[in-house]
Amino acid sequence: MVKLRYEIEGGNFDLAGTASSQVKKVLKQLNISQLLIKKIVVALYESEVNVVAHAYKGHIEVEIHPERVDMKITDEGPGIPDVESAMKAGFSTASQKVREMGFGAGMGLPNIKKNTDYLKIETVVGKGTTLTMTKKLDYAT
Amino acid sequence: MTPIVPKEEQKMKVSELVEKAGLVVFAGETAVANEVTGGYVSDLLSDVMANAREGDIWITLQSHMNTIAVASLKDLAAVLLVNGIVPSAEVIARANDEGIVVLGTGEAAFSITGKIYPLI
Repeated sequence: MVKLRYEIEGGNFDLAGTASSQVKKVLKQLNISQLLIKKIVVALYESEVNVVAHAYKGHIEVEIHPERVDMKITDEGPGIPDVESAMKAGFSTASQKVREMGFGAGMGLPNIKKNTDYLKIETVVGKGTTLTMTKKLDYAT
Repeated sequence: MTPIVPKEEQKMKVSELVEKAGLVVFAGETAVANEVTGGYVSDLLSDVMANAREGDIWITLQSHMNTIAVASLKDLAAVLLVNGIVPSAEVIARANDEGIVVLGTGEAAFSITGKIYPLI
């Protein structure tokens, strides 16, 4: 099993995507299929951007097993008051500045759900959010 | 009868697109031999993450650091900035570091897409 951990700085858009990029490199080195890497990278990048756009700080933990990749994104931030709405495509609480950069289209969580096999959102308003997600390394798909 | 052109000869390189569509190369000159297999036009990063495909040329007005991050994560062939947008020195430096081709045109997305579409 390969374990990775990367810190995410809230508000620093210049660095958004750095952790996802590092994970992508490792997945490539491990010869995981291109299609699965693409899906994992979309889910991770969206999670990373969510932390940058909404939280103060956070970190990504990735465990690469032979049959699956487990990912956990933990942040200290405002939490999600309405998870059900946040899961809907097009719903966003992003600021105007963030939207002007091309984020905040309300596609983040739906993209994450679409590209993973398991997604759990634990959130406490005023404290933070933890996303737990899994991608099966099922080469039949 | 339409002549059968071998697939190898049909491949369109970024450098050929630059020449044929009169584009400016801002960054990533080392990667202009990248093959362009399609295109995607969008200014929403999540949309590009969700729907662009490897080898696409991404036509957009977003010229910040995350444009480069998205292009790199999605293995895009190039980014094409429209409306005469010029990326910052920092963005150019990042693109060069990551080997991402950043192109520019004075035209709007609609017209440059129309020009590029039949070339790919």
